[in-house]
Amino acid sequence: MFGDLLPIILLSLYVSGAALIIAAIIGVPLGAGMALKPLPGQRLVDLIIYTGMGLPPVVVGLAVYLLLSRSGPIGFLNWLFTPSAMITAQVIIALPLVIGLTSSAVQAVDPALRLQVRALGATPAQVMRTVLWEAKAGVTAAIVAAFGGIISEVGAVMLVGGNIEGSTRVLTTAIVLETRQGNFGLALALGVVLLTFAFASNFVLLRLPGRRS
Amino acid sequence: MNRPFYRLANVKQIYNGRAVLDVENLAVERGEILAIVGPSGAGKSTLLRLLNFLETPTEGEIVFDGTPIPRDPPLDLIRRATTVFQRPMLLNRSVRDNVSFGLSLRNIAPDGRVADVLNRVGLAGMETAAARELSGGEMQRVALARALVIRPDALLLDEPTANLDPYNVGLIESIVREQNESQGTTIVMVTHNVFQARRLAHRVGLLLNGNLIELSPTAEFFDSPRDPRAAVFARGEMAY
Repeated sequence: MFGDLLPIILLSLYVSGAALIIAAIIGVPLGAGMALKPLPGQRLVDLIIYTGMGLPPVVVGLAVYLLLSRSGPIGFLNWLFTPSAMITAQVIIALPLVIGLTSSAVQAVDPALRLQVRALGATPAQVMRTVLWEAKAGVTAAIVAAFGGIISEVGAVMLVGGNIEGSTRVLTTAIVLETRQGNFGLALALGVVLLTFAFASNFVLLRLPGRRS
Repeated sequence: MNRPFYRLANVKQIYNGRAVLDVENLAVERGEILAIVGPSGAGKSTLLRLLNFLETPTEGEIVFDGTPIPRDPPLDLIRRATTVFQRPMLLNRSVRDNVSFGLSLRNIAPDGRVADVLNRVGLAGMETAAARELSGGEMQRVALARALVIRPDALLLDEPTANLDPYNVGLIESIVREQNESQGTTIVMVTHNVFQARRLAHRVGLLLNGNLIELSPTAEFFDSPRDPRAAVFARGEMAY
């Protein structure tokens, strides 16, 4: 049974890991930048980000499906029913979470500390790095929350991945399939693996400096 | 005659249509301790932010060591001044990491500088302590050490002893005085405390409603102020 599980587990980690890295690389600096230097119309941007934090994954899946379908605007990429499509959908789900929670964490750092860091001769990039470090518990929480959101997400990856065995089948879509087929043992085993990932990510979160042990 | 270290000409800082600072002329001499006194809201902290190039004046000109400050001052100029604020604003790191922070921004190896400066502020051996777990006085001395270690040409102090006990006030004042005397650092200090100004400063200025209404050598400021409002302030009667 483990031989069946392993590719599914590895693909889940690959898809969600890649999506998380992309979302963090884009989202952490954007979230920090928004907190440190609000844009004109920042309230509207915040509204969009907060709405994005609650986006139903299946709607994201539908949008990505339409974009990547043969007649869609980026259908030429031929990503539909590949891990690339699943990563794309998960980046879209994770990005607002990373941006919004990073922005909140950075805003929670005392503005007087930013002034002090500038007074000590920091460049804008050094100010951002320092403030992000001060907000590291919140920023890590943002990344962990995003990981929890995408690793356990089923609607979008089902739509754009197609749950193809050996190609796009991940833990969540496999659980749906095995349950439908009455393979409750395998479905439960997959569920335990998924729960273990959720537990591990929350364990990391609770071990962060600045949090109660 | 030596050129002033800072020269402010017709400097106005306007927030939301209100001038919080309106200084026609102010020269800070090289190597002096200038105390700026005045009540809350007089514009003292705004003045320090301008002197540290953290803000650009709405109007007027600031000349620093002979160089007119442009709207976007170059980094090497900004780094010649630093401020110690009323709250120590330490990073959530060790004492050593806090003190060496300004050096790391400048890619300067701390070598023995951190230990030396900690010794000067009476915190030798505290390098590995968590900075935010120290007492208020110790935290402020870490903040002072963090400023001194970068060897600034101008040290700006914004009510640095406002919340401290007499022991720490005395300690910080002696460090400030020693820094000025041994290194020739130009120091501008803003304070509510006229007695502290009298103890430390070579000259004292009084800011009221953003205007510098008196600026004179310390003895003259306290013994024979020109402006009657300065006389009231000098007597320690917080009438404003």
